[in-house]
Amino acid sequence: MKTQEKSYVAHHVDQLKPSGIRRFFDLASKMENVISLGVGEPDFVTPWNVIEASYHSLERGFTSYTANAGLFELRQEISKFLKTEYELEYNPENQVLVTVGASQAIDVALRAILNPGDEVIVVEPSFVSYVPAVRLAGGVPITVNATEEYAFKIQASQMEAAITPRTKALMICSPNNPTGAVLSKQEMEEIARLAKKHDFIVISDEIYADLTYDETFTSFAAIKEMAQRTILISGFSKAFAMTGWRLGYATGPKQIIEAMTKIHQYTIMCAPTMAQHGALEALRNGRSSVLEMKTSYRQRRNFVVKALKDMGLSCHLPGGAFYVFPSVTSTGMSSEDFAEELLQKQQVAVVPGGVFGESGEGYVRCSYATSMKQLDTAMKRMRKFVEEKQIQ
Amino acid sequence: MEEKEIELLKLLEKNGRLEVETIASMLDLDVDKTKEMMEKLEKESAILGYSTLVNWAKVLEYDGVTAMIDVKVTPTRGTGFDKVAERIYRFPEVKALYLMSGAYDLSISVEGKTMMEISRFVSDKLSTLDSVVSTTTHFVLKKYKHDGIIFEEDDDQDRRMMVSP
Repeated sequence: MKTQEKSYVAHHVDQLKPSGIRRFFDLASKMENVISLGVGEPDFVTPWNVIEASYHSLERGFTSYTANAGLFELRQEISKFLKTEYELEYNPENQVLVTVGASQAIDVALRAILNPGDEVIVVEPSFVSYVPAVRLAGGVPITVNATEEYAFKIQASQMEAAITPRTKALMICSPNNPTGAVLSKQEMEEIARLAKKHDFIVISDEIYADLTYDETFTSFAAIKEMAQRTILISGFSKAFAMTGWRLGYATGPKQIIEAMTKIHQYTIMCAPTMAQHGALEALRNGRSSVLEMKTSYRQRRNFVVKALKDMGLSCHLPGGAFYVFPSVTSTGMSSEDFAEELLQKQQVAVVPGGVFGESGEGYVRCSYATSMKQLDTAMKRMRKFVEEKQIQ
Repeated sequence: MEEKEIELLKLLEKNGRLEVETIASMLDLDVDKTKEMMEKLEKESAILGYSTLVNWAKVLEYDGVTAMIDVKVTPTRGTGFDKVAERIYRFPEVKALYLMSGAYDLSISVEGKTMMEISRFVSDKLSTLDSVVSTTTHFVLKKYKHDGIIFEEDDDQDRRMMVSP
């Protein structure tokens, strides 16, 4: 009789589903001549002055650990940046934590605040890591669907319905990955009202803040009385094209940041030193590069949205990030089938919306962080595919 | 100048072959308005031409030579450096000419088929001009970057993963 092999993997890890992104990565990487609109990162290389500053830090021998919370100079610069850009006040001594990417900041934030069974409201479609990160931290994710009807923004009434006495936190991402939706100040105030009324924390992922196109970005922490119950997560990956550097940060109330620093101290020790030196240069002298990239993204966004509409797909105009989220329901296909067949027949990789949560079904995420030449070809190929589908 | 006009100029400066329809959608304008803007900018001489940056080193059997020549001149009364500059930039060999501050007055970029051709230009045409006091010729050995474009760049290679979160 065959005995079942014993699994040494923890149950809660065993139960996690692998990311749907992974499957598409495997599919796309086996094919040739693929134009990828599936990437969640800039196509620009890191600005040269940032790379140079990092080289220089190595030449000067900065190769050892930094303080657990990050180089003090960098924390000061982050505080200064948040003050100038968003009128936020954070003490670099104990309210700023430099992390290994924004992803680690999210993980540490959740571990710092959740007791087993605490609920976290996650607005979907969402970044693929939020729900698993809540589970790994012992929490219970409660998903709420943002729909195209409301431009992929969560409505206060929907959120209120999801709140229970166990609600500990809410996770929001604006500008959003994958929809590009940007919450207005008024919409944030509505959420803030609920947070105060029901006494929960908001984890605000603002990694795409610098890539907001049509309006001025308002930080959630800048909403009245929210600084004391907001963990602001951001980083250098998207705005400064520094994804591989893995450098992010979290700011928030002293008590929470100190708790997060404790976890960070016992698990990561500190973020990579050379990357921190690069980030310092990015904040000090990198703003013009960000603006240049932002202009380019805005132009590409306009181009892609028009091309998608011209081929007959409904697509809202995203206010930020570098994704568009068109609906593919007019083709009668599921988002998964659409993405897979588009890849096989036209060698264009997009990400099926379903991987970002139930409400993403019927949509695909197309990243326009790719050269205009590639985007032009991709749109032509996609148009051919969509037209054939609609004729059938 | 309008913000959109500057944006349009920057796009064309990078890629003069962009189609009007593409530019229009990138700038969120209609095609007629974009054409109108381009015509206006051409009329105002803000757009002087649509050229292609060629890396001649890639063209087989083409042996071109570029030289940068520093020139000291005696300015003439009334017209300063402009008259002598004109006499120089009218030569078809001269690709660029700038008035400089510092050790010399004019900087000239000259292109020729051979080093001999450039030498002849310097000795026969340039040095013999009355206002020219001295010349120093530097031959370009390799072009790394020109007009903001890096030659031989492998940046076209996308090193990113096909699909990422």
